[in-house]
Amino acid sequence: MSFSSDESPASLLVPTPTRWTRKDLTGLQDLSREELTLLLDTAAAFKTVGTRHIKKVPALRGKTLVNFFVEPSTRTRVSFELAAERLSADIINMSASGSSLTKGETLKDTALNLQALHADVIVLRHSSSGAAQFLAERLDASIVNAGDGAHEHPTQALLDAFTIRERKGGIQGLHVAIVGDILFSRVARSDIFALLKLGAKVTLVGPSTLVPAELSRLGVHLSHDLDALLPELDVINMLRVQHERQQKAYFPSLGEYTSLFGLTKARAARLRPDCLVMHPGPINRGVEIDSDVADSSRSVILEQVTNGLAVRMAVLYLCNAARSGEWL
Amino acid sequence: MSSLVSKNTLFKNGRVVDPANQRDAIGDVLVLAGVVAPQGAAVPADTAVVDCTGLLVTPGLIDLHVHLREPGQSAKETIASGARAAAAGGFTTVVCMPNTSPSIDSASVVSWVLEKARAEASVRVLATGALSKGIAGEEMAPIGALKKAGVVALTDDGRCIQNHELMRRALEYAKMFGLVVMDHCQDYSLVGKGVMHEGYWSTVLGLPGWPAAGEELIVQRNALLAELTGTPIHCQHLSAAGSVRVLREARARGVALSGEVCPHHIALTDASLQGYDTNFKMNPPLRSQEHVEALLEGIADGTITILASDHAPHCGFEKEVEFDQAPFGILGLETEVGLFLDILVHKRKVIDLKRFVEMYTVNPARLLGLNAGTLSPGVPADITVLDPGMEWTVDRDTSFSLSRNTPFHGWELKGRAVHTVVGGKTVWKL
Repeated sequence: MSFSSDESPASLLVPTPTRWTRKDLTGLQDLSREELTLLLDTAAAFKTVGTRHIKKVPALRGKTLVNFFVEPSTRTRVSFELAAERLSADIINMSASGSSLTKGETLKDTALNLQALHADVIVLRHSSSGAAQFLAERLDASIVNAGDGAHEHPTQALLDAFTIRERKGGIQGLHVAIVGDILFSRVARSDIFALLKLGAKVTLVGPSTLVPAELSRLGVHLSHDLDALLPELDVINMLRVQHERQQKAYFPSLGEYTSLFGLTKARAARLRPDCLVMHPGPINRGVEIDSDVADSSRSVILEQVTNGLAVRMAVLYLCNAARSGEWL
Repeated sequence: MSSLVSKNTLFKNGRVVDPANQRDAIGDVLVLAGVVAPQGAAVPADTAVVDCTGLLVTPGLIDLHVHLREPGQSAKETIASGARAAAAGGFTTVVCMPNTSPSIDSASVVSWVLEKARAEASVRVLATGALSKGIAGEEMAPIGALKKAGVVALTDDGRCIQNHELMRRALEYAKMFGLVVMDHCQDYSLVGKGVMHEGYWSTVLGLPGWPAAGEELIVQRNALLAELTGTPIHCQHLSAAGSVRVLREARARGVALSGEVCPHHIALTDASLQGYDTNFKMNPPLRSQEHVEALLEGIADGTITILASDHAPHCGFEKEVEFDQAPFGILGLETEVGLFLDILVHKRKVIDLKRFVEMYTVNPARLLGLNAGTLSPGVPADITVLDPGMEWTVDRDTSFSLSRNTPFHGWELKGRAVHTVVGGKTVWKL
């Protein structure tokens, strides 16, 4: 496969294909530092595509990608859809409500049917932890995890790492705080795996009900005192407060949450000037993050969204190529 | 399956372990007309001889915790297939749980189960009755009628009565009939939607955790209510260190509380769930190593008195789903003797063979008041012959169960039942 001259192949520094051997991306826990770096380098190459006159490359031309979102999502689904469009794939979008899952068909059977229609890549969002791995073990198609339960959300963590690396020039030695509902957050888990492997110091911050002590075994630090940490941070990643959790008594009120763990203007003022403010979205303005802080110059929240496209292009390209042998 | 029917059989030259009669010596067991003959009785001329040299001859083993799935779920297991699996595992008596469909909460369902067992089962199948109507935990089941129909104990296994008042009254009422209550110890508010042990692995895997305290709390509740009511409570499939502690303390004070351990809870830990394989999903869940060690300690010091399988067959398609949506439970009947001998007797040396036999014979028989679990002269000749040193490999494809949901496929174990005899008749022989 090659690019037409219009698509300037020389500017795409596609990394050596033999270094990526995974047909699926179900999580980041098992990835090596080299594999993570390869993903980020590939994403950097694909990022340039988005700024061109013609925002498309033929990396997945003739391939069928199914965006299978059993759990609702807007931004991740749109991001994957656009990433696949830019790679020239044929795309089908499926949600649980529009599928036979509502008629009692199992996930396995639904996925086998997609494969019988020659789907090459299935992007899966599912409320059950382990769902992506479940399909990866049973299907020949490439499975890309777009979030499984409270387990992993690998492309979100890759875009976080990509954004940090781009802004800071590297990740090694940076101090990154992840603040909020760690217990139920798949973003937090994937972030932890990626950032630790890339050499960051990671501190998890939040109420003791939502920061599981067991995670310290992974090599992260735990804190319930955001104020004490603020001056030392290179990156602060604010997770979304999940309103629905409130009823389960993990903390007394949103007001108390904000007063203890919200990134208020006063707290933002104590951050180092070059500290990046991140958020995986969707944001609750005035809850975990002050509205003005979210829009401030050190907030990279929208850059994260932009970088998500490049990262997802890289993931789709590499997994498809590892399966099919069709490298650029 | 070979069928060696013989009126009279001599099990010759084995190590006879009969804890109920304090017998543990090399010797013979003579079966005359289906019952155990007194030691030293004359051997009739036409008696078949089974050479048991190097083998253990024990009273027929009893598993007081199995799910045979009938009525209602015969794709998973039937009374007949479950009994064949029991025979192949060395069991002559199994006690089936009432969480069937419909549940065994009325005299008519008890009669149906027992009749079907008499007609189709190769081993003795005893029934338990539900403690609450429909196992719903809201109203007392018709305990008197269940007793009359022939249940050997009461249990809501699979579920747990949360209302302590109802539990207390059901215990008091059961006492009138001399029935033991067996309890699946699980506090719903603490456990929530938990599908695995709450700890490091549940956190990393992002699966809802089931804290050990969710079991320990109910074991403690049961200790208090057994003391209050005087009705014996048997705590099923204990998995947590705190449960052993509570049980030990209660028994030391003379409270009628007992506990059982299943093989998977000492053979495996929650680290096994890393691949999200639903054959490692059971309730209570596999816990961490410190809980395993506490269970072993409880077995060693006699706090835990009974071994059982919680044999829980499920169809392949039911298990082949997302982890949190899969049913709880694994097969047990054909692997439990091998696993316990291998781990408890050989590898960890927690108990000796005599204790092993006690925990599968006289102890469950006494708990339930069964005329079984002994080789006393005159009892029906239920006999298990064990080869404690036999090395074998678990092969789920040769299982007699209708289901295949075992995490032990391919495991190499030391120790196995080689011959199972019910009422003098061979029901299985390796």
